[in-house]
Amino acid sequence: MATFSLAWKSLLNRRFTAMLTVVSIALSVTLLVGVERLRTEARTSFANTLSGTDLIVGARSGPVQLLLYTVFRIGDATNNISWKSYQEIAAHPKVAWSVPISLGDSHRGFRVLGTTTAYFDRYRYARDRQLVIAQGQRFADLYDAVIGAEVAEKLGYKIGDPIVVAHGASDVSFARHDDKPFRVVGILTRTGTPVDRTVHVSLEAIEAIHVDWQSGAPIPGVSISAEQTRAMDLTPKVITAALFGLKSKVATFQVQRFINEYPQEALSAILPGVALSQLWDLIGIAENALLIVSAFVVVVGLFGMLTTLLTSLNERRREMAILRSVGARPGHVFALIMGEAGFLTLFGVLLGLALLYLLLLAGQPIIESRFGIFITIDGLSPYEWILLVAVVGAGFLVGGIPSYRAYKLSLADGLSVRV
Amino acid sequence: MVIDIHDLAFRWHEGAPSVLTIEAMQVTAGEYLFIKGASGSGKSTLLSLLAGVTTAGTGSVRVMGQALERLGSVQRDHFRADHIGYIFQMFNLIPYLSVVDNVMLPCRFSARRRDKALARGKDLETEARRLLRHLDMDHPELHGRSVTTLSVGQQQRVAAARALMGSPELLIADEPTSSLDADRRESFIRLLFSECREVGATLIFVSHDASLEHLFDRTIDLAAVNRSGQDMAAV
Repeated sequence: MATFSLAWKSLLNRRFTAMLTVVSIALSVTLLVGVERLRTEARTSFANTLSGTDLIVGARSGPVQLLLYTVFRIGDATNNISWKSYQEIAAHPKVAWSVPISLGDSHRGFRVLGTTTAYFDRYRYARDRQLVIAQGQRFADLYDAVIGAEVAEKLGYKIGDPIVVAHGASDVSFARHDDKPFRVVGILTRTGTPVDRTVHVSLEAIEAIHVDWQSGAPIPGVSISAEQTRAMDLTPKVITAALFGLKSKVATFQVQRFINEYPQEALSAILPGVALSQLWDLIGIAENALLIVSAFVVVVGLFGMLTTLLTSLNERRREMAILRSVGARPGHVFALIMGEAGFLTLFGVLLGLALLYLLLLAGQPIIESRFGIFITIDGLSPYEWILLVAVVGAGFLVGGIPSYRAYKLSLADGLSVRV
Repeated sequence: MVIDIHDLAFRWHEGAPSVLTIEAMQVTAGEYLFIKGASGSGKSTLLSLLAGVTTAGTGSVRVMGQALERLGSVQRDHFRADHIGYIFQMFNLIPYLSVVDNVMLPCRFSARRRDKALARGKDLETEARRLLRHLDMDHPELHGRSVTTLSVGQQQRVAAARALMGSPELLIADEPTSSLDADRRESFIRLLFSECREVGATLIFVSHDASLEHLFDRTIDLAAVNRSGQDMAAV
């Protein structure tokens, strides 16, 4: 339409200020959609802190509590599972695989997790990604330990370094298993999950360091050396929890019921995905705050446009009078300013998106290695479309203010040129 | 009759004194009329009324037989776009349009003038260039230039070309020569005359400069015609 080509040419004529306005809108749009993108990716990443596992089984408790101590290593188990029960459940015909977990010890603030090497095969995070050993290998010897990326980084550990495990969660305890030191044999790549903050040892090792212990303290007068322990039967009597994979997802609820109604022991089986999203709902309030803040940044960006358009109006009153003299109606003048606001917003949004995708492409590997959040670069989600439509709508709404003022001015001025 | 005013009284608002009172004023088609009026004589008000930006409170302003006060504001805007070419005192041009785009501007708002322009040239741009050539803006290099780089005289000639684009019946020029040198004023007016003659337009030329008066068919002294008196005028 004629008026829009006028608006376009008018903006080109003031391309410097127009560009500044477009850039400020673009930056705010980049922030808004970027925050939204990170938010959903963080949520997905969180929901996939543990993926591939169909059921987590522990002593009877609430799902979030079970999740907290098995996956996030926060808090302690109320009770253990007997090795016998674990083996019976693992033998269930619908169960494909199982990974036992034994918790309770720590190393300088990092939890120690006793498990089998199946853990490295079965543990999956962030959309089915496997644990990768960056240096070294899996534990093979009784006193081998595989540490998470953050443990290695914070404590500066290398392959071959010795580790002394402390009994309980805090390392101030006098109760250290210093008679049976471990050796770092492997360091995992960063995952962005609690695995990074975990020291992994074998189940037998957990058993071994406790052979001469009882009720959380060394048995007085009894001391079995590390080498003597090797000769003993180190099959665990109890474990803390276990991860189960099923042959078919359809059987999930059937097996869950079987475990929850297990007669010999009070057990709980939870679906990790469900429990994780329950937990996210608790801690996800901050993400909303972030989104609201970035929405306000967009408002600030649009106010920049409002200021630019409003201040330009006074010097453009002559232009309005000329347009009126060649037959433009005040409505045309309104449409002209509206068209300018529309172009500014539209180009702001487009530039903002271009910037966002550029940043995503550049930042994807960095974010993945630093935070373990893997950002998939694909098209706009429906919610992002809604956000963008809202920005454009707000742009037109804001543009309505100078447009209306120009309309009133051109109505009052007519053909008389007041400068 | 191109313009027919009778019993006109214009006030800014109800109860205010009338700033323009004209008993009768007629302009016939093809006439070149000089309206002599100092600022404050009601000149701007008269031009606003003729262009249909404002309407008479009492009495009637007929342009081309159409009583403007009977039209709504949108219809008056259409009427102006279709029938009136307007030249301001100075700074007539839209700064962000090229010379040719400025000349073609009326065709954006009036289909009638667009059709008339197309009837004369094979397209709007050709017609715009033809008009510019007639107004001694011959150099093609000038046509694409930013209007802000033109001299005042050149700007006024572009403005005249724009006012003549699409052959409107009435050309209103509001002191178009006041920013020109004395020797260029007369040549500008002669150019206007020849173009108006070609399209058969009526020219209303408003100025306080009595030295130009002798060039025109007829002169109206607004101060004498306006019975509201000079001291009452607001603009």
